[in-house]
Amino acid sequence: MSKVSMVVGGSESTADVVSMTVNGKAVAKAVEGRTLLVDFLREDLNLTGTHVGCDTSQCGACVVHVNGKSVKSCTMLAAQADGAEVRTIEGMADGADLHPIQKAFNTHHGLQCGFCTPGMIMTAADMIARHGGNLDEATVRAELEGNICRCTGYHNIVKSILAANAEMHGASAAAE
Amino acid sequence: MSKVVYHDSAHKHVAGTATYIDDMPEPAGTLHAYLGLSDVPNGKITQLDVSDASATPGVIGVLTAADIPHVNDISPTGKGDDPVFADNVQFRGQSIFAVVATSRDIARRAAQKAKVQYDEQPFVLDVGAATELVTEPLTLKRGDAQTALTTARNHLSGQMRIGGQDHFYLEGHIAFAIPGEDETVTVHSSTQHPSEVQHMVAHVLGVASNAVTVQVRRMGGGFGGKETQSNLFAAVAALAAKRFNRPVKIRPDRDDDMIATGKRHDFLVDYDVGFDDDGRIEAVDATYAARCGNSADLSGPVTDRALFHADNCYHYPNVALRSRPLKTNTVSNTAFRGFGGPQGMLACERWIEEIAYKLGRDPLDIRKANFYGPGRDVTPYHQQVTDNIIERIVDELEESADYQERRRQVLEFNKGDGIERKGIALTPVKFGISFTATWYNQAGALVHIYRDGSIHLNHGGTEMGQGLNIKVAQILADEFGLGPEHIRITSTATDKVPNTSATAASSGSDLNGMAASNAALKLKTRLIDFACETYDVAREEVSFEAAHVHFGDRSMPFAAFVDAAYMARVQLSATGFYKTPDIHWDREAGKGRPFFYFAYGASVSEVTIDTLTGEYTVDRVDILHDVGKSLNPAIDLGQVEGGFVQGMGWLTTEELVWHADGRLLTHAPSTYKIPLASDVPRIFNVRLAEWSENEERTIRRSKAVGEPPLMLAMSVVEALSMAVASAADYAECPRLETPVTPERVLLAVERLRTRG
Ligand code: FES
Ligand code: FES
Repeated sequence: MSKVSMVVGGSESTADVVSMTVNGKAVAKAVEGRTLLVDFLREDLNLTGTHVGCDTSQCGACVVHVNGKSVKSCTMLAAQADGAEVRTIEGMADGADLHPIQKAFNTHHGLQCGFCTPGMIMTAADMIARHGGNLDEATVRAELEGNICRCTGYHNIVKSILAANAEMHGASAAAE
Repeated sequence: MSKVVYHDSAHKHVAGTATYIDDMPEPAGTLHAYLGLSDVPNGKITQLDVSDASATPGVIGVLTAADIPHVNDISPTGKGDDPVFADNVQFRGQSIFAVVATSRDIARRAAQKAKVQYDEQPFVLDVGAATELVTEPLTLKRGDAQTALTTARNHLSGQMRIGGQDHFYLEGHIAFAIPGEDETVTVHSSTQHPSEVQHMVAHVLGVASNAVTVQVRRMGGGFGGKETQSNLFAAVAALAAKRFNRPVKIRPDRDDDMIATGKRHDFLVDYDVGFDDDGRIEAVDATYAARCGNSADLSGPVTDRALFHADNCYHYPNVALRSRPLKTNTVSNTAFRGFGGPQGMLACERWIEEIAYKLGRDPLDIRKANFYGPGRDVTPYHQQVTDNIIERIVDELEESADYQERRRQVLEFNKGDGIERKGIALTPVKFGISFTATWYNQAGALVHIYRDGSIHLNHGGTEMGQGLNIKVAQILADEFGLGPEHIRITSTATDKVPNTSATAASSGSDLNGMAASNAALKLKTRLIDFACETYDVAREEVSFEAAHVHFGDRSMPFAAFVDAAYMARVQLSATGFYKTPDIHWDREAGKGRPFFYFAYGASVSEVTIDTLTGEYTVDRVDILHDVGKSLNPAIDLGQVEGGFVQGMGWLTTEELVWHADGRLLTHAPSTYKIPLASDVPRIFNVRLAEWSENEERTIRRSKAVGEPPLMLAMSVVEALSMAVASAADYAECPRLETPVTPERVLLAVERLRTRG
């Protein structure tokens, strides 16, 4: 990280240049040291698909992947992600082709207001990757404890994740 | 009609490209506002020193009551009791000023620097201690409850405390105001009621309503919490935008959102019930006292609706019901899915349960004995129930959920001296559909057909995830024989459809669907006229199907036909309007037909409690719910599932706690527990009553679905109660208060054991 000086809130202060790879693209920006990763993504990179639901690390609307692991981006400084590979909801689809998890949320009505959806999908992607196909309903429910949805009652979210898991691992156990 | 059509924004939501207000690109020079909140529950401000806040680098200005150009009030009822910035503070967390700065972070930090002094006064937090009313109470009466109570063979009386609930819409409140030329301003507001926001902003700024445009593309949840509570944020953003002539955004953080905005009313209900030896109710006398907070807000209609649902599905030959909307020094409570109805019904189900315990019967038997039926079909507000299907719903559910056999097994299970106990219950719901403020039951729509055959749709309802837009689009598409992909759904905007009602009272698709269909009818009439004149066919020979217009033995693609109509100078734009027929309500007399129809449903819940810790699981839930002829079964099922879980949260884990000094202690999800994926029933069978059809002429004979399913969660409370009661061999009704937290379960078990 290199220091530069910048104007923050009307007064001059130093800032760090943070560089990382976001959705496959290298980015480098000077930000104040206390900038949260979520603000960096939303405000500096205009990746607004990552949402802020609670500001305090509890709702999961802000989940992104840092070096392949899901993290709540409201609880991490941008500087902590310096040099990391970051993936956000915008980086899930392959061009016009939705990721299987995105498709599953669509076909299984895994959303209503949609505000929790990006965080749910990012959490799900990590979960599916970690369990390598051995994902059952109880595990999905337990691992979703960091993601709040106020609209759906979770039923269709769980269904979507299990369906995506089956699809991605060719598992025969289709999700109900 | 009943084909699977996905939520119109589903693709955008999963791709992360659906835009909420906070995601909108900010024009250069955008400022951010943050509210300063009071920290006493009652007191006049004697000194407000914001000099340190103002002097903070990056702060553009601080706005206080003195900066309001016109009226410092945003009360939805016009009572003048909801200031934008209070000088006579009435609760802890009330807005008293706003800091406007170049960033949200600076504004928020600077807001902490204000020094405020108050002339503190005594305050009241609890319903039990409150005496002052915030608005006029309501009385409903039929027959002679007093006499019937004394003559009934059996009698019971009791009290029930029912907790409130925070909305916890995942997207918090937000407003973004952009100043325009002259007096105009455009406000993007996360609101269920754009027209009210428009009028409030105009009122505060002292400009005509035509100078204010409010837009809503979508909300990240609303649930009633954005019906009136958006007014504050929109007013502050607009005020600052006009004052500094720059765009201004305001978004409180989650904790401040929970502290500064209203919630579901908590209630204290006192009841006296007289009944015969079969459990048939002869008289009910009940008083519903509600904690309304510092102002009237919607507490009048909310407490009215509580009384309208104090009968749920049951006939009371003699009844007297009173509401007491009480003033407290807490945040002003507001609309929340069900709007008082859930509290009304929950108390009612309590006395049904009590009768069952008194007589040693299954509460389901008592329910059946009291259902509305022929000759017993007049409500406490003198409306006749003409569309009653509760018996069929309950019978079918009892059968499909195997209720009787499972109840037998539960009783068997509880016979041992096991630590775990089970409970099972079946509870019904009947919910009245229409705004009880009769004039709200109107809606408008605006439809344009363009020369290429594409259609632009705008209506007065707002989208908060409930799928309203796709339902209305489907209705419109069907009228023209097109797929929904031909319809472009646009932001709700007060300059397109004026004087709209809140998207509330479950009325969204009933009202706006009809208005859109009315606009379609006008356009079709013009197009049919054109076909008759141009192609010399009879009206009956013209039809719209499969993206074509058919006339006589010819047909043309819709787009080509529309273009031909344009060339012949046919007007291709129309407004639509709808008002619900046949409803009327005389509040003074307590008589009328406030509801166009009723929606019904029932649920069976089975639970297991641990009698040593009070912890429990909801093991299985079966639901049969009536949405009439469904406009979109997938979306309706989602509403039922989501509504049930939200109701279950209200009744089980979501507990609002105030400190004795008036501070809300549960102001974040760390302390306020809304249901998680692991809390919801392991077995969850949800079905729609597919045979049901609305008897009234609603859009495609459908029924409203937004609110009624929330109340299906009442069966969880009663199942928990049964499990607890087993500790004393069901000799006594445990009288659980809600939310039924594990602590309450444990205390109730202990209480029953020591008494037994
Ligand atoms: S905003 Fe990060 S967890 Fe809620
Ligand atoms: S869909 Fe609204 S919070 Fe999950």
